[in-house]
Amino acid sequence: MRDRGAVSGTALVRVDGLVAGYGETVALRDATFAVHAGERVAVLGPNGGGKTTLFRVLLGELDAREGSVAVPRCAVVPQTERSRLDFPVSALDVALMGAVSRLPWWRRPGRAERRAAVEALAAVGLGDRADTTFGDLSGGQRQRVLVARALVQDAPVILLDEPFTGLDSPSAEQLEQLLASLAAEGRALLIATHDVGQARRWDRVLCVNRRQVAFGEPEEVLRREVLEETYGAAIVTLPEACEAIVPPHHHHHGDHA
Amino acid sequence: MIASVGSAIGDPLADPLLRRAFLEIALLGIAGGALGCWVVFHKLSYSAESLAHGMLPGLVLASLAGLPLLLGGAAGIFVAAAGVALAGRVPGIGRDTAVAVVVTTLFGLGALLALSPATPAGLQGILFGDPLGVSDTDLALAAGLVLATLLVLRLLHGRLLIVGFDRSAARALGVSAGVVDLALLALLALALLVAVQGLGNLLVVAVLIAPPAAARQVTRRMGAMLAASAAIAVVSGVAGLYLSYYAHTAAGASVAGALLAALVLLSAVRALSRARVSVRGPAPSTG
Repeated sequence: MRDRGAVSGTALVRVDGLVAGYGETVALRDATFAVHAGERVAVLGPNGGGKTTLFRVLLGELDAREGSVAVPRCAVVPQTERSRLDFPVSALDVALMGAVSRLPWWRRPGRAERRAAVEALAAVGLGDRADTTFGDLSGGQRQRVLVARALVQDAPVILLDEPFTGLDSPSAEQLEQLLASLAAEGRALLIATHDVGQARRWDRVLCVNRRQVAFGEPEEVLRREVLEETYGAAIVTLPEACEAIVPPHHHHHGDHA
Repeated sequence: MIASVGSAIGDPLADPLLRRAFLEIALLGIAGGALGCWVVFHKLSYSAESLAHGMLPGLVLASLAGLPLLLGGAAGIFVAAAGVALAGRVPGIGRDTAVAVVVTTLFGLGALLALSPATPAGLQGILFGDPLGVSDTDLALAAGLVLATLLVLRLLHGRLLIVGFDRSAARALGVSAGVVDLALLALLALALLVAVQGLGNLLVVAVLIAPPAAARQVTRRMGAMLAASAAIAVVSGVAGLYLSYYAHTAAGASVAGALLAALVLLSAVRALSRARVSVRGPAPSTG
């Protein structure tokens, strides 16, 4: 069951008893959680753990087999590696792509959409890069252009698929500040990540491993037992950090389950 | 001097057959140059080549039966597309191999039919094109192709950009990649059908692939690339006809050769300008 728009209480996203999958395979089950306006939710899980399946259900690309999903319009920020760097588009062209879904098929983006795209690029700190070819931007800048595209979609919920992958420290810090400001504007953000330390700084954490392992505030969820159940016994603890981390082999792309 | 250049340019235009050929090549250049940009950036160059070669049996059969080539070509493309779809379902073959097997089979069948004793004269035109033999109907079809191509490309511009740039995000951006693919393939099939009369089954792909590849050497924006590609296709196509007139070479092959020469020339110019930049030193970082 799916209900676009009718979300009870102050929750923007409400998922109850969700089961979803592909063909005979169940990729995610027992997912029950709610996300409120202004919240940043870290979605932690191994590759094949069900993060992408959850995002696809929230985007309306995949139907729930069981359970209910109540979610308003969502925008997605995919991994930049999925974009073609040789494609002849500027940062402004990419941001403008966010306007297409709001226009009838026969209408091309006009002045209003162009203005919205320019403002979105300015909001992510790339106002002076509008004319730069997308492939010429740095990894962090490309990620911010995709966030600008999501802003042009003007959706109250934004799903981000491992947006920090491959970013250097300053770029990651800049992106994290941007996400904080988007949340402060009242948007709900669901962010797929493997970075436990980062998840600790956000409002909620959802752990999945083909089922929902845990959901709640970081201090309740980010415990060794939960992380072991989420990632298996592969996690390691750095003594000086006193913090469980996920080994690098979990950080790869193409997670479709 | 000026008079002799003027005469060299003007003489071929005095011939009504050549005037029609110039018009046909210019029209095909506008449609093929613009459409070709999307064919290249949606990685459909192999599909274009395959569809062109796969329709050969249809063209030959139409020629043998005295039917319009357009009809035979359309049937040939339909059979080729259905064959590829069916062969792609055979387990363990893979899509690329299925396309290669079906297209090679169809092309072989077309060659077999073309070499039969019953084959009428003029079949060479099907293979290598005959821009000098275009009729009023061919010109009207080429003009219709230009209008249809420019209209569809204008309407679908944003959607074509989205699907080509990041297919996986298309649905989330409100775009059906399947519908966009279908529209682009339908336009490609139409362009091949109309252009085969002027450029031939073996050379028609040149007008779709060479101009955008050349335009890519001079610009990195899709809008500018569409215009540059169409301009390169028209200028080099017309140059090919002049070459054919003065060097007494086959018109279709001369046009295809000129289109490819433009690509080689612009690639060389770009390589030289890059070499100059690297000698001067690295460009400032984009941050």
